[in-house]
Amino acid sequence: MLLMRRFLGVIFVLILGLSFGMTSAFSESLTVVSWGGSYTHSQEKAYHEPFTSETGIKVLSENYNGGLAEIKTQVETGTVTWDVVDVELSDALRGCDEGLLEPLDTLALPPAPDGTPASSDFMEEAITECAVGTIVWSTIYAYNEKSFPGAKPSTIADLFDTKKFPGKRGFRKGPKVTLEMALMADGVSPNQVYAVLSTEAGLKRAFAKLDSIRDDIVWWESGSQPPQLLADGEVAMSTAYNGRIFNAVVVEDQPFTIVWDGQIQDLDLWVIPRGGKNVEAAKRFVAFSTTTKALADQAKYIAYGPVRMSSIPQVGRHADSGVDMKPHMPTSPANTKNALFNDVFFWADFSEELNQRFASWLAK
Amino acid sequence: MRDVGSVGLDGVALKRALERSGRRRRMWSFLVVLPPLIFLLVAFVYPMGKVFTRGFYDSTVSEIIPETTALLSSWDVGEGLPSEEVYATLLRELVAAKKERTLGLLGTRLNFELSAALGVVKSTARRGAKMEAPYKESMIGLSERWGSLDIWVALKRVSENVSMKHFLASVDLEYDREGSIVLVPEEERVYVKILLRTLWMSLVVSFFTLLLGFPVAHLMATVKRKHANLLLILVLLPFWTSLLVRTTSWIVLLQRNGVVNDLLVWTGLLSDDQRLSMMFNMEGTLVAMVQILLPFAILPMYSVMRTIPPSYMKAARSLGASYGYAFLRVYVPCTIPGLAAGVLLVFILSTGYYITPALLGGDEGMMISNFIAFHMKKTLNWGFAAALACVVLLGVMVLYWLYDRLVGIEKLKLG
Amino acid sequence: MASGSYRTLSERMWGWIFLLFCGGVFLFLVMPLLVIVPLSFNAQPYFTFTSEMLRFDSEAFSFRWYEQFWLSDKWRSSLVNSFFIATVTAICASILGVLAALGLSRPEMPYRRLINAILISPLIVPIVVSAAGLFFFFAPLGLIGTFPGVIIAHTVLTLPFVVITVTATLVGFDKSLIRAGLMCGASPLRVFFQVTLPLILPGVLSGALFAFVISFDEVVVVLFVASVEQQTVPRQMWAGLREELSPIILAVATVLIGVSVVLLLMLEMLRRRSDRLRGVEET
Repeated sequence: MLLMRRFLGVIFVLILGLSFGMTSAFSESLTVVSWGGSYTHSQEKAYHEPFTSETGIKVLSENYNGGLAEIKTQVETGTVTWDVVDVELSDALRGCDEGLLEPLDTLALPPAPDGTPASSDFMEEAITECAVGTIVWSTIYAYNEKSFPGAKPSTIADLFDTKKFPGKRGFRKGPKVTLEMALMADGVSPNQVYAVLSTEAGLKRAFAKLDSIRDDIVWWESGSQPPQLLADGEVAMSTAYNGRIFNAVVVEDQPFTIVWDGQIQDLDLWVIPRGGKNVEAAKRFVAFSTTTKALADQAKYIAYGPVRMSSIPQVGRHADSGVDMKPHMPTSPANTKNALFNDVFFWADFSEELNQRFASWLAK
Repeated sequence: MRDVGSVGLDGVALKRALERSGRRRRMWSFLVVLPPLIFLLVAFVYPMGKVFTRGFYDSTVSEIIPETTALLSSWDVGEGLPSEEVYATLLRELVAAKKERTLGLLGTRLNFELSAALGVVKSTARRGAKMEAPYKESMIGLSERWGSLDIWVALKRVSENVSMKHFLASVDLEYDREGSIVLVPEEERVYVKILLRTLWMSLVVSFFTLLLGFPVAHLMATVKRKHANLLLILVLLPFWTSLLVRTTSWIVLLQRNGVVNDLLVWTGLLSDDQRLSMMFNMEGTLVAMVQILLPFAILPMYSVMRTIPPSYMKAARSLGASYGYAFLRVYVPCTIPGLAAGVLLVFILSTGYYITPALLGGDEGMMISNFIAFHMKKTLNWGFAAALACVVLLGVMVLYWLYDRLVGIEKLKLG
Repeated sequence: MASGSYRTLSERMWGWIFLLFCGGVFLFLVMPLLVIVPLSFNAQPYFTFTSEMLRFDSEAFSFRWYEQFWLSDKWRSSLVNSFFIATVTAICASILGVLAALGLSRPEMPYRRLINAILISPLIVPIVVSAAGLFFFFAPLGLIGTFPGVIIAHTVLTLPFVVITVTATLVGFDKSLIRAGLMCGASPLRVFFQVTLPLILPGVLSGALFAFVISFDEVVVVLFVASVEQQTVPRQMWAGLREELSPIILAVATVLIGVSVVLLLMLEMLRRRSDRLRGVEET
């Protein structure tokens, strides 16, 4: 019977191990979810580390690629493990509508140092029912200097001109931003883009423009890919999040140049999934990380603009290289001459149809 | 109680005893298999059924606006716009849904049917509390969409608990306003193309694994056992290595600055600016898939070829057949069971490929699994993802049945 | 090839071409794995051979990616998770798989074909479809993002492999030994633990190894049903490949290849032992 006893022993250990594995999941910490790479790094430096040293609450970082899928799953199955999530504006609104997010309208956000209340210190879109904004970021396009020793691309039209500037192009896989850029490259002025895109003719025009470079497009999905694709020579130019390109240039010495013409701005905001175990601590974290100082601090690590007016003058130099950050902000006046702000209401209404048409166009 | 010894003398009793013992043994065998069987039925077969029901059953909307659902079920598009009662009920329920934070669920589902319906519903719910009777006029006054039939047809459709719309959509079909089935507009057709592409890619992969695997299996079956074991390890090593590792290695090889391109530049076949793009397209995906699935073709062929006595070939040769003739007419027919097993297995496995196309495929190499994952994870249209999954499941089940018929599942061997 | 003496010159030439072709196929099978190994020692953060590496400059090689792998909390905890999940999965799948194989190997088993088809089906159903089904099943039960959830899912996926492997070792198993045990007055349970199990143990262990490897490598189901607390090595690799292509991934891949080699050699030993135990002669 020795074998039998051993057999039972194994099962016992198994059960023990299982319960151990389950209990180890509960500990005093916050799981903060963001987009990974140098962006998460900047948040760790500016928010997580000071927060932990002040409150003693440990902050765990987790990466994702945007979207509401995980939050929806967790909330609807009652297994919320994400405490705070960095989302795009459109997802903040949709998540709020679907009841996936904790309402934050009662959250007391500290005023600016000069006493301006938070409600007027933040940008208009940056405080919503369920979300508090942190940064203004932008989708720009950048090119590798090595690919263009002669004439340099300088306008959004050059991104779509493979005759003048031969080479592969990187685009984020999805209709958002891609269609807007196509229209701007086709000569539509930024304030007309969404009006044109709402019409069938405008949509056809955008897809026709994409058709003209279709064979040269390489699609990317996560924000760390474009710098990688550019560095590997997999593409000659690529749309990208401006902060990622800035970091590749300043920290990793890559020969990339950003073209600000036709940039598309968006916001990132903190949201708290509904029904989490640490909602109070999560709220504390959100309030802590959206003070004037914290927001200005983040801009020391990555070139994204703070959403508080009072933070903007405090934006200083890059932490490692000492580069002045102000001219690298998407909101810097020199960069916004031909800029578009992403229309979340347009995308809320049309994303399903455009996703479908985009998928169909890709499958052609 | 009868004496044990006397049982043997009585023929009828013996037969009965044998029968009883046979039944008991069958029952015992069944009892032994019961735990794993129940486990799989609960944790696998039932979930697969769940995928199926998810594809056509969804009661989210009818739970959010139950009264409107009831009213709409008796409404037909031929009658024109619904009555004032329907407008009033809907408005009341929309306002309530906004309070309950379920409006977005309704709105997104409505948006799958009709673009921009979400915005209409949201603005209506926002201002609903202040609106006055007659509600029909005030709602149309707020948004003229309420005066069109489209939004009501869409509402009726999403409020139906049981609907075939996802299954239709997975083969590029839809209901038109009157409820008959039509093709979706050309610029929105996707899935038939993707399904055909998945089939095509699986065929190509099966063909090449057969082409490359057959000679190798033959070699392994004909060399000395000691050498065959060594070769077997070479086949099993990639088989045992993580799929992700093997896909990574293909990225390393095929990149623009990858090993293959470096080699071509170094040997002078290409200049530095002529580097080939071998990744993010269908060809790269196919090459990687062939390498990854090759062991699945080799192993069954090898295990069949091993059992073919060399004397068959010798006999054919001594009867005067040329080597080629003997090979084709004697050897190859004997290998058919292994060949069929290998090719079918590879075909079945490649129809469900996900990781390799996702990492190497770009947009050309996307297969049906990638779209299932896309709708599960990104658009959150789980009903549609389930319907797509069902289409794939159905195809695979047919192939599986075929495999069982032609080869027999119990013959499946892995090394 | 055994009939070499019959062959003409042209046939011999075909023989050489055939061998060359097979050599090429083996190269195609194994080369991609071999390429990763030297690259993981690259001192530069690139995925390709630098010219210094090709000159065998000792400074071009380093262990820095292995060091970073080992020092990173993320990778270490995912390694622990992977081992935990794979071990428990292997145990569960082996217990269930051995029962299934034992039952199926009995000649009097009713509905054998159907039961076998059900037991093997997780191998055949596309992994994304299985993952979606398990997700729908687990969601209302609160098993999403828990260790038991991942382990149940992996047990489902690995069960067919155990069934297939153990069934193969049961072929040629001498059933008179069981009868002998029973006739000596042992209880069926005792016969199982003292006669059957020791004899089929090598097969069971190879099945368990198989289950371990498959669970250890599995990523799709983990992506669907696990959360950050169940972060496994493949999931971490997947995230890395889609985000920061750092050479740490190559180091991890090399470690995984090493693990595969070790397990494969163990399997080969087990196979030989099992052949001996079953009295299959070594040829």
